[in-house]
Amino acid sequence: MRVTALSIRILRQIIRDKRTLALLIFAPILVLTMLHLVFDGDDYVPKVGLVDLPEMITEQMDLSDAEITEYSNETKANDDLAIQEIDGYVVLDGQVPSIFLEGSDPSVNGATLKWIQSAFTNLQQNGNTTELEVDYLHGSSDMGSFDYFGPVLLGFFVFFFVFLIAGVSFIRERTTGTLERLLSTPLRKWEIVMGYVFGFGIFTMIQSTIIAWYAIYVLDMMMEGLFIYVLVITLAIALTALTLGILISSFANNELQMIQFIPIVVIPQIFFSGLFNLETISDWLSWVGPFTPLYYAADALRDVMVRGYGWSEIYINILVLIGFSILFMILNIIALRKYRKI
Amino acid sequence: MRNESTCISIRKVSKQFGKHEVLKNINLEIYEGEIFGLLGPSGAGKSTLVKELAGLDVPNSGENYIFQKKMPSLKLMERVGYMAQADALYEDLTAYENLQFFASLYGLKGKKQKQRINEVMQIVNLMDHLHKPVSNYSGGMKRRLSLAIALLHEPEILILDEPTVGIDPVLRKSIWEAFYELNRKGTTIIVTTHVMDEAEKCGRLGLMRDGTMIAVGTPEQLKAETNSTTIEEAFLIYGGA
Repeated sequence: MRVTALSIRILRQIIRDKRTLALLIFAPILVLTMLHLVFDGDDYVPKVGLVDLPEMITEQMDLSDAEITEYSNETKANDDLAIQEIDGYVVLDGQVPSIFLEGSDPSVNGATLKWIQSAFTNLQQNGNTTELEVDYLHGSSDMGSFDYFGPVLLGFFVFFFVFLIAGVSFIRERTTGTLERLLSTPLRKWEIVMGYVFGFGIFTMIQSTIIAWYAIYVLDMMMEGLFIYVLVITLAIALTALTLGILISSFANNELQMIQFIPIVVIPQIFFSGLFNLETISDWLSWVGPFTPLYYAADALRDVMVRGYGWSEIYINILVLIGFSILFMILNIIALRKYRKI
Repeated sequence: MRNESTCISIRKVSKQFGKHEVLKNINLEIYEGEIFGLLGPSGAGKSTLVKELAGLDVPNSGENYIFQKKMPSLKLMERVGYMAQADALYEDLTAYENLQFFASLYGLKGKKQKQRINEVMQIVNLMDHLHKPVSNYSGGMKRRLSLAIALLHEPEILILDEPTVGIDPVLRKSIWEAFYELNRKGTTIIVTTHVMDEAEKCGRLGLMRDGTMIAVGTPEQLKAETNSTTIEEAFLIYGGA
């Protein structure tokens, strides 16, 4: 009854505040769209120079998918390389082709090398076209970076915005004195926390459905598993974000101080969410991962969206997230003792 | 010597925030059906004292009793209405939604809820603005809405922390009329103020300075005892000036 009243009030406030509503729904959609366009744009076309290669070699090379410039000597090629007219060039060093790269951008290096290697395949095999067939356990050769980053980003945006909004609205509750007024009624402390959980929970369910639907069906993010699992995971991460946001807000005196927690609490989670390869993180830091909620959400989302796994693979992640939420809820109830002892 | 009609009893209450002593051994009895004023400059400890009575704070030593039961207790809090210095309203909601929300917290629902909302809004004279968002309210209107919320559950004791601060004389008069009206119906009212002329409106007064209760009595008694013509003078004499 009292919890319901509190949830209804929170929902009403969210709906009334059109700007925040827009932030919660359209900001993630906008950023995901931009990332989609950035990552899933056209493949990079390397600009390759060929220095004085005999015609019998160039004829056998596959020169498509690159911008080819032919040079008669290496000096000219070097000049163009210096001003980034070309990304690299191939020169015959005796009988062996050698490659010289501009080298300042790793992703361009990779693309150029890859192209040169494939261009020379025909040559090395002397016309024997026994191309290797590649099979994928997960994903496919069409899978782009966006498909791999997407699930992590989905989880991150839900986490980030719910964290911020829940924290800020709880701070407002404190600074405007309404928290004191709530506590002067017979409302119990756990009822306040539960009211927040349900009010924001209902809203988050709608929010994550819209964002996940948009990412999967409009942006065509890879989706191998069931949509319902995605919702369960985003709801679990939202719950964690909500309870953590409220908890963190008790260490902030105003909205600005809440923002100051973003680089400390939110940003580091990105590093352990699998956006970067977890294996290569320095041992100094890698132990932090299991303490960040996003780590579990990202893993579960990737399992469902990229690998097409189901409940048996993700339930542990979800249980951990719920465990985090319960822990934060208990800490919240304890933190509220600061304002009323009973 | 506990009076039969004592409704609040503050016994040897002290409170420190860190090293700062806010309340020093306060003893006070407040009787049922009176308007009791706590008068003193800001920082005297008035707000801390009424917060303890509202159940929002606890003393470091000593006890507060309401209706012979020890505070804080959720059961007792249902019988107390508290209005803080801050208006404590949800600005993005309408007045009606604010009232509805707080009424539900006290377990008022359906017809009874509607009826109480109408009653309290009539008391504070805001009936015409019931469905306006609070963000469109003026300062005085917010103050009155805040009072209306404190009245919703028909509390037997009403605790008001600086209820008329920043309010013009005309409005102040009408708010005091509302207090008298409630008082006639039997509500015990505790008001804190630092305005001397407002103190004259109370049945009894407690003068506070630096966390101590320097005198308690009716305005007339206090003036007579100190041979002064105003409460302000009496306050200065009690304060040792």
